[in-house]
Amino acid sequence: MSSRLKKALRGLAFAALALAAVPSVFSAAAEEAKQQYFPLATFRVGAYASSGIPVWAGEIDYFRYINEVEGGINGVKLFWDECETEWEVEKGVECYERVKAGKDGSPVPIFLPHGDPISKALTEKTVADKIPQITIAYGRTESIDGRVFPYSFPVLFSFWSEASSVINHIAEIEGGKEKLKGLKIATVYHDSPYGKETQVPLDFLAKTYGFENIQIPVPHPGNEQSAQWAKIRQLKPDYVFLRGWGVMTPVAIKTAAKTGFPVDHIIGGIWSGSEEDVRPAGAVGKGYKAVTPFPAGADFEILKKLKANIVDKGLSDLKDPKSFGSVYYNSGVIEAIISVEAIRKAQSKFGNRPVTGEEAQWGLENLKLDEARLKEIGADGLVQPLELSIKDHEGGGAGKILQWDGEKWNIVSNGWVRSDRELLLPLIYERAAAYAKEKGITPRPDVSN
Amino acid sequence: MSFFLETLVGGLLAGVMYSLVAIGFVLIYKASGIFNFAQGSMVLFAALAFVTLREAGWDFVPALLVTLVVMVAGAIAIERFVLRALIGQSDLTLFMATLGLSFVIEGLAQLFMGASVHELNLGIDDIPIEVGPILVSQFDLLAAATAGALVISLSLFFNFTRIGISLRAIADDPLAAQSIGIRLPTLWRIVWGVAGLVALVAGLLWGARQGVQFSLTLVVLKALPVLIIGGFTSIGGAIVGGLLIGASESLAEIYLGDLLGGSVSTWFAYVVALAFLLIRPAGLFGDRAIERV
Repeated sequence: MSSRLKKALRGLAFAALALAAVPSVFSAAAEEAKQQYFPLATFRVGAYASSGIPVWAGEIDYFRYINEVEGGINGVKLFWDECETEWEVEKGVECYERVKAGKDGSPVPIFLPHGDPISKALTEKTVADKIPQITIAYGRTESIDGRVFPYSFPVLFSFWSEASSVINHIAEIEGGKEKLKGLKIATVYHDSPYGKETQVPLDFLAKTYGFENIQIPVPHPGNEQSAQWAKIRQLKPDYVFLRGWGVMTPVAIKTAAKTGFPVDHIIGGIWSGSEEDVRPAGAVGKGYKAVTPFPAGADFEILKKLKANIVDKGLSDLKDPKSFGSVYYNSGVIEAIISVEAIRKAQSKFGNRPVTGEEAQWGLENLKLDEARLKEIGADGLVQPLELSIKDHEGGGAGKILQWDGEKWNIVSNGWVRSDRELLLPLIYERAAAYAKEKGITPRPDVSN
Repeated sequence: MSFFLETLVGGLLAGVMYSLVAIGFVLIYKASGIFNFAQGSMVLFAALAFVTLREAGWDFVPALLVTLVVMVAGAIAIERFVLRALIGQSDLTLFMATLGLSFVIEGLAQLFMGASVHELNLGIDDIPIEVGPILVSQFDLLAAATAGALVISLSLFFNFTRIGISLRAIADDPLAAQSIGIRLPTLWRIVWGVAGLVALVAGLLWGARQGVQFSLTLVVLKALPVLIIGGFTSIGGAIVGGLLIGASESLAEIYLGDLLGGSVSTWFAYVVALAFLLIRPAGLFGDRAIERV
């Protein structure tokens, strides 16, 4: 064996040893670090910046509130930096690679990819790096099954729950689930993997309840939809479930009005339900509805605290004060609350110090936010009660229905509209098992830690 | 039959909207042989400047005039600081310059006017009207009338004014045109200024339709097949190309979409454009390049 080859092999052996030592190095560093690093993948420029900017404001304002008012999470303050993704997969993955090693001795407890395609690209990387990714209201639905997807957490409201909640809301309007029989429900969806996510559950629910399931795709970006809405006019559905993204939503609302379809019979999905989606539609958007896990409004107790302690003191990240209490701002607050509570839970087992991704995974899988805890935080009504486990990385599965009055969203549902999770979970587990088989993954046992 | 007619008319009216964007490309290509990649960014910039002034309390007409002045000033700056230095360079170099310009314009627009989504109300009620058995959008009819007026004005300008004839001379042979005293920088300033005006009109109509937001830059995707069909040098061709693309993608979406199991309109427009490219490489109304060999 040549000396050059020996040197190379020795180098490889050292590298392997170094890699094997990474988790213990992190644990040791975490014990020494005083603050918890929390990297933020953001998109402040590019096509979707208008959606993202209020989200980071909500997150950063809540983190500042935790630091300034509560003195950190059990005394461990948060610090963060941003990495620009422009909502593009390659930039999102690059950001993740850049921050995953942690900063100033603190490991990364949780990564928020902020983008459905980015989260899908990170599914296997996060497993290898043992860093949980939280994907509220996006990401693979089957990653609810933590036995197969140990580091993906589609917390609160998956796309399947979104579809089912919309159907249940229609049932409420019609006077019961039995009244769904014979109805025509058309889904106008963004023609992308995200847009197609609800096809399977809607097909299943249509067979279960007897409604006619019509699927109408809209090509990206969706700035011209006259053909799709001509089809709607021809098929005459009773309701339209609109699953848009970006410019597709206001164009859909305007084109619906042009073709004479009643706007109050359109129910938008999660990503068609923000102020940014409906405001450009102007007066014709009045009456439009949307389902969301992120209720709009500034009357929630935690929002009042943020206003008094952060916004009014000039510490807010929000540039446009009108966005305070908007759907996107509140989504950032909700995401931050869940992240902070997961770290707090992890600290209860591993000590009051910055936690590692592996420890935060335990925190997430043992997270329970009941009414009492949500009341303590001031987030009752804003965040739905939530209990996660290895087998259930979603935990919630309900949304509220908002209706646009021309100026602002109003919550019109009676509390949270629950999805038919008990019906859908077996299908979700089947899909997760199929994924495990395809990828050669041995599912983890469902035991509590 | 009424459903077919309604789909066809809807598609034709949508096609006119595509033409509005395509005309901006044609103007600059016609005068300088440059494919202006920055046209979409100019549409965004114009609409954003107008809506920002309106939200600041300006009345419609002053806001429109100031935006037009800003677009013309931008055109002069582009000629002075970017294009003048590139006179005599290859077409590819000029194309790359417009590619860079598009990012600069988008960046400046977001830097000075923010990334928020804005509603743009032009005061036109978009209530459908019944024409026989079909519904037609009032807004789309107005957009079609605007595009028609724009085409007629630009055709008159190019064919019957001294500047227009000079522009055609530059397009035919820049060196020969300059040798007889036609000043290229002046004409470039004019043509980029007119392209700015077209971007403003397109920005207002598209912005009223979908809101003023970053995705306005994406409307150029709809203009490309229009240009391939109509030809890069014909303003009338842009209208005919737009009508053909609008109608064919709309009908394809309805009658082929279900058969093929998905949305087809985006790529079907390019199928039609490619078919035209094979039959008439210069487009229906484009100038054929004739070279002595």
